Amino acid sequence: MSKVTLTINGKQVTVPAGTSVLDAAREAGFFIPTLCHDPANPGFGACRLCVVEIKGARNMPASCVTEATNGMVVETESPAVMQARRTIIELLLANHPTECLTCDKNGDCRLQDYAYRYDVRQASFEGEKHDYPLEDSNPYIIRNMNKCVLCGKCVRTCAQVEDRQVIDFTFRGFQTKVAPAMNTDLAGSDCVYCGRCVAVCPVGALLYKPMAGKARTWELTKKQTTCTFCDAGCQFDLNYKDGKVIGITANTPGEGRPLCLKGRLGLELLYVDKPLTPMLKKDGEFVEVTWAEVLGLESVFEKLKAQETQK
Amino acid sequence: MTACSASPDLTQEEAMQEVFDHYRGFDGAIIPVLQEAQNIYGYLPKEVLDKIAKELKMPFSKVFGIVTFYAQFHLKPRGRNIIRVCLGTACHVRGGSKIFASIKDQLGVGDGETTEDLRFTLETVACIGACGLSPCLMVNEDTHGRLQAKDLPAKLAQYQ
Amino acid sequence: MNNLNEIRAKYTEQFQQKSKRARIVVGLGTCGIAAGGDKVMEAIKQEVAARNLDIDIDFTSCIGMCYREPIVEVALPGMASVIYGDIFPDKVSQLIESHVVNKQPVTEWAAMQIPEGRTEYDGIVTMDKSAYYEKQVRTVTSRLGRTNPESIEDYIATGGYEAIEKALSMDRLAVIDEVKKSGLRGRGGAGFSTGMKWTFVYNAQGDKKYAVCNADEGDPGAFMDRSVLEGDPHGVIEGMMIGGYAIGADEGYIYCRAEYPLAIRRLNLAIAKAEKLGLLGENILGSGFNFRIRIKAGAGAFVCGEETALLNSIEGQRGMPRVRPPFPANKGLWQKPTTLNNVETYANVPFILRKGADWYAGMGTEKSKGSKVFCLTGKINNTGLAEVPMGITLREVIFNIAGGIQDGKQFKAVQSGGPSGGCLPAEKLDLPIDYESLGAVGAIMGSGGLVVMDENTCMVDVARFFLNFTQNESCGKCIPCREGTKRMLEILTRICDGEGKVEDMDTLERLANVIKTASLCGLGQTCPNPILTTLRYFRHEYEAHIIDKRCPAGVCNALLVYKIIAENCTGCGACRRVCPVGAISGENKQPHTLDTAACIKCGGCVSKCKFDAIIRG
Repeated sequence: MSKVTLTINGKQVTVPAGTSVLDAAREAGFFIPTLCHDPANPGFGACRLCVVEIKGARNMPASCVTEATNGMVVETESPAVMQARRTIIELLLANHPTECLTCDKNGDCRLQDYAYRYDVRQASFEGEKHDYPLEDSNPYIIRNMNKCVLCGKCVRTCAQVEDRQVIDFTFRGFQTKVAPAMNTDLAGSDCVYCGRCVAVCPVGALLYKPMAGKARTWELTKKQTTCTFCDAGCQFDLNYKDGKVIGITANTPGEGRPLCLKGRLGLELLYVDKPLTPMLKKDGEFVEVTWAEVLGLESVFEKLKAQETQK
Repeated sequence: MTACSASPDLTQEEAMQEVFDHYRGFDGAIIPVLQEAQNIYGYLPKEVLDKIAKELKMPFSKVFGIVTFYAQFHLKPRGRNIIRVCLGTACHVRGGSKIFASIKDQLGVGDGETTEDLRFTLETVACIGACGLSPCLMVNEDTHGRLQAKDLPAKLAQYQ
Repeated sequence: MNNLNEIRAKYTEQFQQKSKRARIVVGLGTCGIAAGGDKVMEAIKQEVAARNLDIDIDFTSCIGMCYREPIVEVALPGMASVIYGDIFPDKVSQLIESHVVNKQPVTEWAAMQIPEGRTEYDGIVTMDKSAYYEKQVRTVTSRLGRTNPESIEDYIATGGYEAIEKALSMDRLAVIDEVKKSGLRGRGGAGFSTGMKWTFVYNAQGDKKYAVCNADEGDPGAFMDRSVLEGDPHGVIEGMMIGGYAIGADEGYIYCRAEYPLAIRRLNLAIAKAEKLGLLGENILGSGFNFRIRIKAGAGAFVCGEETALLNSIEGQRGMPRVRPPFPANKGLWQKPTTLNNVETYANVPFILRKGADWYAGMGTEKSKGSKVFCLTGKINNTGLAEVPMGITLREVIFNIAGGIQDGKQFKAVQSGGPSGGCLPAEKLDLPIDYESLGAVGAIMGSGGLVVMDENTCMVDVARFFLNFTQNESCGKCIPCREGTKRMLEILTRICDGEGKVEDMDTLERLANVIKTASLCGLGQTCPNPILTTLRYFRHEYEAHIIDKRCPAGVCNALLVYKIIAENCTGCGACRRVCPVGAISGENKQPHTLDTAACIKCGGCVSKCKFDAIIRG
């Protein structure tokens, strides 16, 4: 494979041709912040936090969508880049609830990380903020669209499952919002609560309801496990607090129909100390159901029961 | 089935079917199909959008995303009469918001909404330049000024 | 059909026959119709029928003098065509009586005459000497107002489809070379070399390629593309065919804004007629070249004028721009190599092929060749369309062609390039109009809208107007544009409302610079220009709003103070009765007083006062 050599912050870096400036810089140990970049779904280029200065370029290109070329001279934290990043973070904060103290994502939030790194204490702009109602009308996912930064990772990950594509960007400009068809809440959509979207959300816009309010992020230790309910091989995280599993969160999807609700609930049953009663949508309403039903094992159970009575 | 006017009658359905037949196999047919659908129905009812999504084999969410991106498309029918309540400074100090609240109650709709019988669409406006007559509102091209909440039913009664 | 020789001869003969008969031609572009041209047409038909006159009645599109619409041309055999302006239905009878029946032109209604080798009338200025046209060159606009845009016969008789015939006999690279040599640059915005663009697409690998025409003209104050589409649709089609042939495309799309129904109708008609003659379709003129054109109507999104958003919209997606690279030349429509050029760019191409690259490059400046169509609007005397050689100065365009400022007021600024452009002050009036000169002072050529502002225009308010526009039209994809335009608009609104803070100017500048350099697409990268240029050239107006709480132009309502001039006040009480907040008091027949603190500045009193006794400033 052919290689290209470029200079990043004065350091010579050689990477395979086709590598993005972002990956080349990260490979070389330089920090570049991203919100919309998803290695599994690259090429969106919307958040502009990863902009860098490239000698000879007219503007500041986004490093995630710019291919490294021979002889390129890149600065990842020049004064102009720093000003752009600070301003972008400020713009996000100007339209973001300042409730980090009680946010479940506190400690595991990219916006918070970047505000800290670039020393943005508060936005110097006052103005209109979104005031969407909190959506928690389903048992699994809490959506707080006021915290959404419109990175679109949830839209793109949802679109990877052929017959789902439950959410998309809707409206435009300042009014742009990620929403299901007809701007309903998730409960009113065809969402199956696989949780892929929650797994990729960089901020506190999407949360696991079963874990909400149960732990600060730094109290948790995560242990990765492979789901065995089918052969897709999805990765989930067991979330331990004080030695007990308090919830299962999606990590990396496998091939095929990845990260399904059944898998996560099954793992909850297996690992969580006190799992919540599972719920499924029937006739448009969420109702409590048995574990056997959720896992599709009702007939097996009945067979087993019958066999045991026969004994 | 409710008596909702959104339920497409046969001729509209037939017209829509013709549109589907015409655009079958066209690349990028969604926007022209939505334009034709809006010509047929006057707006884009949910059921029609759902049908379009199925016919064009597109996710409903994507169709909705497209509809809400372009200014030309309307999701709700517009009323036969458009009421614009002025909430400019002069009207505000003279109780324009009370007038607005009163109309909202009377019609049972909020800002930007349309009554079920499609008689009225209610909107607010920053100033219609009739400050001397505040509080005021416009119905279609007519300006009504020096309003009092008790006069509103009679004023609106002239518009069918 | 392998060439057009036979039909060209026939149509040319027909076209010449036309001028041997008496004719009346009405301008029916969108502007003409809006001014009542269709009613004038009706009146002419009735008058001609009532008088039983043997005279041809035809229509054309806008000749460019929008300020004189409705425009009617009367031509008698052997005599120069007289172009009349402001012809409303009530003038039709007298016009026909005098000019057609008595052969006496109505000199005082005439805007100019076009001799074209025929006998001139006395007392009417000829087009080439008229103030409006003297400094113009008519290339792209040469058929506007002179031919029937719905007649392919007129088009062919005036040299139409000669260029594609010539191109088809040439090597594809030779066609591209000719365009490159002409120096033609994109007429829609950034001014990229058309020949270079075509070379990229020519070299791009792909089994299928597209030629796309950007007709999504959306800048407030720009209507040159609409005028060209309405007035010479075949010219655009022929330009696209040449481009398609050169790059190896067999399919073209015209993306036209839905707000241009007449342009779409005339394009559809033109395509149908060209198809009927075999000029579009398979094996065109026996050359083996296949080309079809489809029209896609926009759905109301300004950002779709951005080329990658436009492609997404044709594909049936939200019109959100794509990241570049890959460039459309390599991965464009449906990921196939695509050239995107705007209406005016394509319309130039047939002339370049027919008359030669050297002829074209002979006009203009070193780096900006040829001519450019501008739309002149705002506080000028002559609003309309003007095609001028590149390099002409702003002063010549504004004071010679556009006839200077209305009502003898002072020139304050000219806004070039719409919401992406900048506001230039009087010191820049001698700037030559070319891509580099305009760019150097913070404006852009853009699509060619020139909005002229006078002393009564508030530059902060103008910046706010444009920001309001771009903020409404931001697609919402990238953060700098989505969130940044919102905050800039809020700051500008605060300043206009008298609540500006000194630090607002720095904040605006910082936001503008970040949005300009870090946004994803051209909309974001250029939308701060109105702010940056007004801050640069009219900073004192910002300071007046923020520090002195005063709007020097008397526009920003919140900053105006209303006063009653006691000497003029008769005490009639009209103002007192109309005031919604009781801020005016006084006895009848005694000078009234106005309580500034209570006044809400609605302006009701000023419009009621018959004695100029109330002023605001």
